[in-house]
Amino acid sequence: MTLDQTTIWIVIVALAIGTFTLRFSFLGLVGRRPLPPWALRLLRYTPVAVIPGLMAPQIFLPLEGQSGPDPVRLAAVVVTLAVGVWTKNAIWAMLGGAATLAILTLTLGA
Amino acid sequence: MSTDITPSSAFWQGVRNGGPFILIVAPFGLVFGVVAGEAGLDVWQTMAFSVAVIAGAAQLTALQLMTDQAPTIIVIITALAVNTRMAMYSASLTPHLGGASVWQRAAVAYLMVDQAYAVSILRYEQGPPLSPRAKLAFYFGVVFLICPTWYLGTLMGALVGSQIPDWVPIGAAVPIAFIALIGPMLRTLAHVAAAFVSVVVALGLAFLPYSLGLLVAALAAMVTGALVEVWTEKNRPVGGAS
Repeated sequence: MTLDQTTIWIVIVALAIGTFTLRFSFLGLVGRRPLPPWALRLLRYTPVAVIPGLMAPQIFLPLEGQSGPDPVRLAAVVVTLAVGVWTKNAIWAMLGGAATLAILTLTLGA
Repeated sequence: MSTDITPSSAFWQGVRNGGPFILIVAPFGLVFGVVAGEAGLDVWQTMAFSVAVIAGAAQLTALQLMTDQAPTIIVIITALAVNTRMAMYSASLTPHLGGASVWQRAAVAYLMVDQAYAVSILRYEQGPPLSPRAKLAFYFGVVFLICPTWYLGTLMGALVGSQIPDWVPIGAAVPIAFIALIGPMLRTLAHVAAAFVSVVVALGLAFLPYSLGLLVAALAAMVTGALVEVWTEKNRPVGGAS
């Protein structure tokens, strides 16, 4: 599949400008004025609100040409989450998930 | 005395504290490089993406949506929605770094990745106090290895991506990399509730085009997190160390 070249560059430039603006926002422009508590309360949940929803279809819905969720991927993600919650360490979580993925892929055959 | 720690030693302390995170950033960059190549980006586009944006989650979101043929404006809005947390980081760092020059603050903003924020704010709030200059030096120390590792990981992925055999489940590396970041964040009932609502609503609305379901899911999850937080605070037993 090929993506339109102009579209790719538009997305790159727009994300570069938009992301920098978000990062610079308060630091650069608002200065030391604090955010209202309700805004901080909502923003606090941004990562856990966006990333699980972003990944859920890739984890729970069937991949192309399959009838159900991919069991190997599901198992690897469950281990990743469990290790992350248990150790509170993203590196161990990633290693646990990668190890599960590798072992299951090799034992169940390509 | 906050002047006991020189900017130079604060910088190297930052390098040490940030160092281990290259173990996350390198494979994540590699995954982005490979996925970008598979989506049809050439090496220059892939590198421009990583150098200009330095935000893996948003970059992968944009790629996913472009591959799904979503309209360009939806691609941009959704990817930026993934990055709204950066505005919170920016607000949170302002009391510590707000006194730096505008160019220094611009550099801080450009380099503001999740790990840079998390490692820096932890140090600013704990341990021997740092002077404003030492805080800035510490921050640049944290990103000293992390950001170049992101560029190099991406480059490696873009260059070797096409040589990775088909049976290697590279696609599964993306959810693993993301979920690894989420596990350690699930530290309160409010965070767990937000994540749960995010998953349920995103799956329930997966039929909507252009990942509009994700936007709805994210908003619903943020409101859920905030409401559960308020509820938990209200029900905390007085004087109890729940």
